Amino acid sequence: MNEKITLGQGSGGRQAQDLIRDHFASRFGMEGPMTDSALLSAGEGMIAFTTDSFVIDPLFFPGGNIGKLAVCGTVNDLAVSGAEPRFLSAAFIIEEGFEVSELDAIVASMAAEADAAGVMIVTGDTKVVEKGQCDRIFINTAGVGLLPREHMHISSGVSVKEGDRLIISGPPGDHAVAILASRRKLSFDQPLISDCASLNRLTGKILEKPAAVHFMRDLTRGGLAAVLNEFATMISCGLTVNEESVPIAEPVRGLCEILGFDPLTLASEGRMVIVAAPEAADRIVEILRSDPLGRESAVIGEITAERRGRVVLNSSTGGRRFLDMPSGLLLPRIC
Amino acid sequence: MKFVDEFRQRSQTESLARLIAEAATRDYTFMEVCGGHTSAIHRFGIPSLLPDRVRLLSGPGCPVCVTSADYIDRLIALASLRDVTVALFGDLMRVPGTLLSPAAAVAEGADLRVVLSAHEALQMAQSDPQRKIVFSAVGFETTAPGTAVTVMQADSEGRDNFYVLSAHKLMPPAMEAILKDGTRIDGFICPGHVAVITGASAFDFIPERYGLACVVAGFEPADLLMSVLMLIRQVNSSSPSVETEYSRVVSSKGNQRAQAYLAEVFEPCDAQWRGLGHIALSGLRLRDRYRRFDAGTAFRVSLPESTRASACICGEILRGLRSPPECVLYASQCTPEHPEGACMVSEEGACNSWFKYRHDE
Repeated sequence: MNEKITLGQGSGGRQAQDLIRDHFASRFGMEGPMTDSALLSAGEGMIAFTTDSFVIDPLFFPGGNIGKLAVCGTVNDLAVSGAEPRFLSAAFIIEEGFEVSELDAIVASMAAEADAAGVMIVTGDTKVVEKGQCDRIFINTAGVGLLPREHMHISSGVSVKEGDRLIISGPPGDHAVAILASRRKLSFDQPLISDCASLNRLTGKILEKPAAVHFMRDLTRGGLAAVLNEFATMISCGLTVNEESVPIAEPVRGLCEILGFDPLTLASEGRMVIVAAPEAADRIVEILRSDPLGRESAVIGEITAERRGRVVLNSSTGGRRFLDMPSGLLLPRIC
Repeated sequence: MKFVDEFRQRSQTESLARLIAEAATRDYTFMEVCGGHTSAIHRFGIPSLLPDRVRLLSGPGCPVCVTSADYIDRLIALASLRDVTVALFGDLMRVPGTLLSPAAAVAEGADLRVVLSAHEALQMAQSDPQRKIVFSAVGFETTAPGTAVTVMQADSEGRDNFYVLSAHKLMPPAMEAILKDGTRIDGFICPGHVAVITGASAFDFIPERYGLACVVAGFEPADLLMSVLMLIRQVNSSSPSVETEYSRVVSSKGNQRAQAYLAEVFEPCDAQWRGLGHIALSGLRLRDRYRRFDAGTAFRVSLPESTRASACICGEILRGLRSPPECVLYASQCTPEHPEGACMVSEEGACNSWFKYRHDE
């Protein structure tokens, strides 16, 4: 039987990595680590270049919509590469019959988010397909940012060392749970909104001393578990995470307990991990906490030389176990 | 979070671990038979808190793992019929059938959709009366009452496009079958959620007939450690009985209303368990009065011939005779992405839990 694409291959976990490695990277001649943006020489300087597509369902969710998400997602891929995001493209695939008022609302929030993040949407494309040929609206954005040479080490993590601290900019999983809750019409005692946000203001602040920042990555599909496992494999280092130190929003914990999800595998759209020199870690957390987006940031673990390529979790009850790469379908179409 | 945080405090777990270390004066082997326990034990790193002398084995308590390939084939065949949608729990999507898993069948065009409850499947039937909805009824005494209530509701509505394909199973007969098969253990960590429905007394036959210790346990780290301690004390004093650690939700007689729903809709039948084989009166089928909802009789489907021959030792793992790393396929040909045996598929399966949390130990 011919092999067919399954939803699990689009999930951001191990199957998605295999798909990219076996079917894209090798054919496009892409070698080396899979980073969030491509870093390219442009005359004297460097630029970072990235692209992302958005197919989220529902289109509007607490804390944002597909348009805001499409801007934040691409801005964040550039920002965590150490670049200063500048220019975005926006391409739309729209299903026949889609409400123009909804399109206007989506585009208005793209404009507002681009403005807030200090980037310009400078080119675009629109296709309309017959009813049933896509689900309402899909958006692709691509982005270009300027990359100072002293930030070049960040996306590949080449200067990461044993003893470096692992910092998270806020509680993970709010986005995935907000989407799930709005899909299933669940409500919570404390309202839960998506963490969807542009991170370039935060990265700009912590990169004022770029040498102390050794790596950054935003948490998207597969959550903290996927990012840390990719990182441990890429750098060939060990990682220890203290479960107690990871901030988790109460509604996220509650829903995970009920549905059997691990909050560490759930997606965010406005959170990142930072690997920093040990002496700079507290200062970076202080800078992060001074910004509303980083108010709950914390040091959650460190880089070790043991068990290279694996992430060890010290559970809050005193036990130890691996934090593995999530696999298969967690939640479809969350971004 | 209430009812969670108080059972995860390090001060509690550490002092329980200390008491266990003091009480453990010989080697002990206990079996947990609930997939929820297997998953919690590994997720919280419980084995790393126990002395080497205390060994935990995973039994057949993951409903997905014990579901036969034949059942998966039947779901896929039903979902490939025109006008039929199969509603199933997400865990089942990657369970290998003879030729395909449900996830691969979806890519081939079969209509299988993930639901969180039987009731959600009934809602699908209500909102699209032209479509026939088959609910894949998998699970133990814990989930079966939900199916029973839903079937009763479908009956009172006179619904003619809702069906159930029952693979519901009963836990006590499987525990007894394992003991008859020669599994050597000192006691059971009895399934807490099953006991909420059946009552702790459902396990009385184990100390009575087999002289083994039993503790009905909850699912938090302190629950699990406390249960291990209670089991060790029973063994040390040679006084096997059924004790309930999970007393905040488990009573001796259980949820009698749920039991009444079960008895109204279902009757015990012989059942096929993946890895364990045929166990008498260990399954549930719809009673005659509700037989019109049975997808097994309502639809005629042809199934692929079972040709799977494999070195997979799921059966022995489910009986506690061997542990996952002893299988030659484990972590090489059999991984969570490409499961060969069912224990690798579900989040609650013994092999999956080992792979995720303890892989290169």
